[in-house]
Amino acid sequence: MGPSPCFVVHDPLEPAEKHTDVTTTTRADDIVVRLRDIGKNFPGVIANHDVNIDVAKGTVHAIVGENGAGKSTLMKTLYGVQKPDSGTIEIHGRTVTLSSPADAINAGVGMVFQHFMLADNLTVLENVVLGAEKLHGIGAGARKEITRLSDAYGLAIDPDVLVEELGVGSRQRIEILKVLYRGASIIILDEPTAVLVPQEVDELFANLRDLKAEGLAVIFISHKLDEVLSVADTVTVIRRGTTVDTVEADSVDSRRLAEMMVGAELPSPSTESSTVTDDVALEIRDLRLEAAGRELCADINLTIHRGEILGIAGVEGNGQAELVESIMGMRSGVTGSVVLGGRDMAGSSTRERRDSGIGYIPEDRHRHGLLLDSPLWENRILGHQTTGDAGRRIFIDRARAREETQAIVEKYDVRTPGIDTLARALSGGNQQKLIIGREMSGDPVLLIAAHPTRGVDVGAQAAIWGHIKQARRDGLAVLLISADLDELIGLSDTIEVILRGRLVGTFDPATVTPEQLGTAMTGAGDAA
Amino acid sequence: MSDARLKRVALAIGAPALALIIAFAITSLVLILAGDSVIGVWQQILSVPDVRGVTNILNAATVYYLSAVAVAIGFRMSLFNIGVDGQYRIASFVAAIVAGEAWLPGYLNTLLALVAAVLVGALWAGIAGLLRVTRGVSEVISTIMLNAIATAVVAYLLRKAAVDAEGSNITATKDIPEGSWIPGFSLGSDAPNDVYGVIVVAVVVGFVYWLVINRTRFGFDLRATGASESAAIASGIDVKRMVLVSMLLSGAVAGLVGMPILFGDAHNYGSTFQSGLGFAGIAIALLGRNHPVGIALGALLFAFLDEQANPLQILLDVSPDIVKITQGVIVLTVVIAYEVVRRYGVRLEQRLVASALADDDTDDKGAEVKV
Repeated sequence: MGPSPCFVVHDPLEPAEKHTDVTTTTRADDIVVRLRDIGKNFPGVIANHDVNIDVAKGTVHAIVGENGAGKSTLMKTLYGVQKPDSGTIEIHGRTVTLSSPADAINAGVGMVFQHFMLADNLTVLENVVLGAEKLHGIGAGARKEITRLSDAYGLAIDPDVLVEELGVGSRQRIEILKVLYRGASIIILDEPTAVLVPQEVDELFANLRDLKAEGLAVIFISHKLDEVLSVADTVTVIRRGTTVDTVEADSVDSRRLAEMMVGAELPSPSTESSTVTDDVALEIRDLRLEAAGRELCADINLTIHRGEILGIAGVEGNGQAELVESIMGMRSGVTGSVVLGGRDMAGSSTRERRDSGIGYIPEDRHRHGLLLDSPLWENRILGHQTTGDAGRRIFIDRARAREETQAIVEKYDVRTPGIDTLARALSGGNQQKLIIGREMSGDPVLLIAAHPTRGVDVGAQAAIWGHIKQARRDGLAVLLISADLDELIGLSDTIEVILRGRLVGTFDPATVTPEQLGTAMTGAGDAA
Repeated sequence: MSDARLKRVALAIGAPALALIIAFAITSLVLILAGDSVIGVWQQILSVPDVRGVTNILNAATVYYLSAVAVAIGFRMSLFNIGVDGQYRIASFVAAIVAGEAWLPGYLNTLLALVAAVLVGALWAGIAGLLRVTRGVSEVISTIMLNAIATAVVAYLLRKAAVDAEGSNITATKDIPEGSWIPGFSLGSDAPNDVYGVIVVAVVVGFVYWLVINRTRFGFDLRATGASESAAIASGIDVKRMVLVSMLLSGAVAGLVGMPILFGDAHNYGSTFQSGLGFAGIAIALLGRNHPVGIALGALLFAFLDEQANPLQILLDVSPDIVKITQGVIVLTVVIAYEVVRRYGVRLEQRLVASALADDDTDDKGAEVKV
């Protein structure tokens, strides 16, 4: 964007006379962050070791890796949340010791977290100055600085609106502005696109390009490899706690990156030949959910056949969770009919529905799927107290439950030292594999999978996709709720879009594009 | 794995032992500050009790045990039944009336009174359960209120039901006929007093508690609800029903708390009937980590301290209430120690997982991706 002034005005550490041209070629003195041999030992999580990264000014530097590969540990080190056990951090050519985020901010490092930290009932200005009142005051001076930053980086932020009136994209820009306001010249963005719809992602990327054009360094952490390739100049891959390689973004494709991340060939989620039958497994008619006078779902009509995966696309908070809970019988205030295998489940309890053959992979596995402080074999019983062989009688057959857990651990490749391990100790992907194994072991008719690969690493994701496809081949009906459009398109036989609690469009995954779905998900089509 | 389990067991025992030492140290500090003889007090408290003392300890522990199990049932599903105190008092009162009226002969009368005590205890706790389920009233608040109401109701009804004993200003219900008393047993021919026969009931209650909580589907549902209400709902457990049922069960056991005293010692319910047992039960349940054996040890410890402190006033002119400080501090230190140990246990576990996965990684690289 525009000609590039080559120094950062608000960064006291940057010598003003230093001239560089903003291109992809980097010279040694362009390096603003230099991590050398960073190591961090932690009980329980994969530690960092021998991490080496150079981030050049005026670039977007992506850091990719599976969940649990050590990205967040590394970013916490760079943001001063924790001290490394070994290695050095150089920022702007100086070796620094970062003992707290305040140190990091003073050194010019800012971080935008995945979960925004904004007060809804305050204005943008108030949110930005909160905690940084000393910099430009809280009045006209601050407003001027915010406007200046907003204009300089194309953030289009009005300092005087209430945050509660703003959408997700704008909130994220406020977070970026907060970091800039505090004088950061190095900005870390942690999975910034996870909360955005495709159009907002494009806007964010335009902002990032402005930031780098102004000479800032952006460190971009993501799973989504296509996005990384479209915005990043340089990509560093982390696997099992260490940096595997750093490559120029235009020299690789996403498949190659993914292979570097998992260290093996990457499977794609594409569906094989159709297995959809004429046998209706689940039929929902006129489902409506009302709670506290608010209509959360309405006019929901859908049919899933045996051997069919029905995907539900939607921006989070548009009634997906409520729809699932209505089908599971976890909500009161539901009207309409839910017919499972010819039997109307209206008025049935959650346990009766589970007994009738619904397998449930909940959206929030920590809250709804597991007893975190119980051993794995007890978690195998959860939700199957009455369906599994282990709990059919008054007494729980512990030996049987343990055997079945062992079988699940083996068949579903749950990485654990044993079945007495507490569920909390497993990584997200292994917890999820255990849940899937458990739900499939009940021989369900219908599998409800809500965000089945959320927060799991690429390896586990591939395995989970494999299990869902296997379920489909086995003749199950699958209701798949996901925020990952590639996953929806790759797995589903049909895609329904949910918006404000209603189904607003049916798409064929073979022909639909992410953009079409994005438009339907945001209701942009209605306005046109 | 068994190594780690061994470590967990060691931690489970080490934590309360450490907590006990700290509690003793703090008590000593209080004694020093008050200018009392530290050594003299500990010499008395840690001396070996005689047969009479042992009997008293077992009797007091029986009562504490039942009270703590009642509290523990609630704790296992995150219900805080503070109302055991009111529940056992109102239940003991009703049982005393039933047994005193002696509608049935001999042990049938005893049985009827025990059933009445269990039912009344359950009903009184059930009020709190019902309020929680239907109106969302916190059981902490409602059971505290119900304690106060129980006190008033019993005091009011006792005046109506009391029989006037000649030459005494003690108000009490009619004495239970001797044929309905529960006989005790003595610990030796020279023992001046008997161990309550109801101790057998306490042991049975402890076993049934363990069996139901740890081995049955109902117990699994109860523990699951206590561990994570949201996960329990998603798994198909009717949480409201569980709240009500566990409140009823907790109250039922609370109803038994006064029975050893009623049938083994007092033989009537009067204004001097022992109170405050429900609160001791909360402390002991915490101390025993809601485990039937742990609770038994905790009950014995509390009873031991009580009994050994009794002569302090006469021997050393030190108030026996000093052990109340010890007991209170024990509860605090134990709760802290358990939490520290729990966190350490989780970290230990995570480290195990990490190392197991690291081993895994060396022999099957990239095996994660197989579809």
